[in-house]
Amino acid sequence: MLGKSKGAEISQPLISKKRKTFTGGFIIALISVAALAVLSLFTGVYDIGQEGGLEMFFITRIPRTLSLMLTGAAMSISGLVMQLMTQNRFVEPTTTGTIEWAGLGIVCVYAAFPRASLMMRTTGAILFSFVGTMVFFLFLRKVKLKSSLVVPIIGIMLGAIVSAISTFVGLMFDMTQSLETWFAGSFAPVERGRYEYLFVILIITLIVYILADRLTVAGLGEDIATNLGLNYSKIVLIGTALISLAVGIVASVIGNLPFLGLIVPNIVSMFRGDDVKSNLPWVSLFGMGIIILCDIISRTIIMPFEVPVSLILGTCGAAVFILLIMRQRRNGANAK
Amino acid sequence: MAQMQSEVLSYSAPMRSTHSFTDKKHMHRYYILLGTLVLLGILSALGLLLYNNPVPVTSPSFIPVTRRRMISVVTMFIAAVCQSLATVSFQTATNNRIITPSLLGFEALYSAIHTSTIFFFGLQSLLEFKGVNAFIIQMIIMVGFSLILYGWLLSGKYGNMQLMLLVGVVLGTGLKSLSAFMRRLLNPSEFDILQARLFGSVNNADVDNFVVAIPLMLITASLLIINSKKLNLLSLGREVCINLGFNHRRGTIFILFLVSILMSISTALVGPLTFYGFLVATLSYQLAPTYDHRYIFPMSLALGFLILTSSYFIMYHVFNAQGVVSIIIELFGGMAFMALILRKGSL
Repeated sequence: MLGKSKGAEISQPLISKKRKTFTGGFIIALISVAALAVLSLFTGVYDIGQEGGLEMFFITRIPRTLSLMLTGAAMSISGLVMQLMTQNRFVEPTTTGTIEWAGLGIVCVYAAFPRASLMMRTTGAILFSFVGTMVFFLFLRKVKLKSSLVVPIIGIMLGAIVSAISTFVGLMFDMTQSLETWFAGSFAPVERGRYEYLFVILIITLIVYILADRLTVAGLGEDIATNLGLNYSKIVLIGTALISLAVGIVASVIGNLPFLGLIVPNIVSMFRGDDVKSNLPWVSLFGMGIIILCDIISRTIIMPFEVPVSLILGTCGAAVFILLIMRQRRNGANAK
Repeated sequence: MAQMQSEVLSYSAPMRSTHSFTDKKHMHRYYILLGTLVLLGILSALGLLLYNNPVPVTSPSFIPVTRRRMISVVTMFIAAVCQSLATVSFQTATNNRIITPSLLGFEALYSAIHTSTIFFFGLQSLLEFKGVNAFIIQMIIMVGFSLILYGWLLSGKYGNMQLMLLVGVVLGTGLKSLSAFMRRLLNPSEFDILQARLFGSVNNADVDNFVVAIPLMLITASLLIINSKKLNLLSLGREVCINLGFNHRRGTIFILFLVSILMSISTALVGPLTFYGFLVATLSYQLAPTYDHRYIFPMSLALGFLILTSSYFIMYHVFNAQGVVSIIIELFGGMAFMALILRKGSL
């Protein structure tokens, strides 16, 4: 836990120094993300200038760019909410096993109904990621931790167990290959009629924005939160439900997108501090920007083919994650 | 367990007992258990060799037929030695009984080495990257990697074990993504060859590598066993070690160095086994109620061999379900891991 920033937040009366969201920097960020989105619209093998190009543009390009933006926002916001509720900087859907649970849900749905629709898969993923996130939170409450660094280790091990179960189920029903394809999240199959579920994310974002302060208080722990007049278990339940909804939808429509929820909130709070409410638009915007950029790279690097965007995210994300850990190592030492 | 032990210790303090076991009864039980486990392990190994073997033992073609089965039993033995010794020593050196060395990204590094060979130098060099030389090079890279990681993260003012573990875990994830990324860029024929190479299992071990793997394993394993007393000392923690005039950091890095050699052998031969080592180590602590590594090591060896051989035997001949053995072991190991954390209540 970054003791420094937490302390700062508590010591300052928040009202007097409310940070503004819409600064000049925000407008610049907005313009750059919009520019990236336009670039993403015009990246691809199919020449949209030719006949039928416009139709193609509406069938794949626009859905793809829109789903990129929605997914980027969804993953970063779920990371932010998780970090808030656990008061731990290193928590996000991939370091808590939530994504693996969603994968298990999809596998189970496939095993039960071989011709499962997207709706059924999404439901399975949402239900399982809810259970998984709850398991993780219960774990955190049951187990006393000596260091905040242990939390992601437990989460990753939990994820490893869950994915072993998925592999087992997959082997039983001969679906390891589709499991593997799923795990490499990619935006390639996105087209009209296949991504519309992602729009639920807009609602989730809105709810998180409304609940932001309450989630922050819930992160201070059950005792403090109750003392401040908050129904702790209710807010934790709502938070978990929101995360699972977002992760479940992304998992079934797109697949596994590692580290996005970790990097974005951390970078945003590095230069903006920890006021969740005013940070939320930044976090969503930043998430969109990063994932659009990664997707453009993944589409151009071996043109005319493409690489799953999750691999680029995984590689770069791990590097950034390690940098963040090392940074905390230095900060932590200074604080002592 | 620990509570019970300390109770007994405080009770018997005036006797100034320096034995490894709290009393004779525990010692007898230990030897009986160890004997039973060894016997069962040998029985399962023999079962794997002989059960359902169409050729009678007296026939001259018995040896060539059994050879294949023999190789997989030997491989199981190597995997058992490497994983159990490495896990127990690692847990002692890092002073925790939760985390295992396979979490530190060894498997990911293994596949990253192979993938980058074919990616940067082409198919021809991967085909040549085989046999004893390649095995040694691979070992050197893997051991070097872990030495850099341990040395860098454990040394210095802010040296910290949890930090090292987290960095190792994340590095593993990143390397996995990186090699998956490189694999995507390969053409299908290269990919096929690579896939076959990366698919390590007990039934698929490269016999040529035994020439290097077995002696190296024997040397490293005996070094660890010889250093049992140092490990006992390390388990007392950093402050006590320094107080007793033992260079804690050098000792830790030396042990971790040996651990990384064993892990590299195991990964290079049989591929990833994430929770197997954990399962073996945890069970051995339960069965050998002592701090003394001279007794924990044999128990973990016997147990590790028994777990591998018996689960393969049962899965092959009782359930007729080949291929899922490693997953079953992983599953049980993972469950044991979670149960242990919950029972301990702190980490």
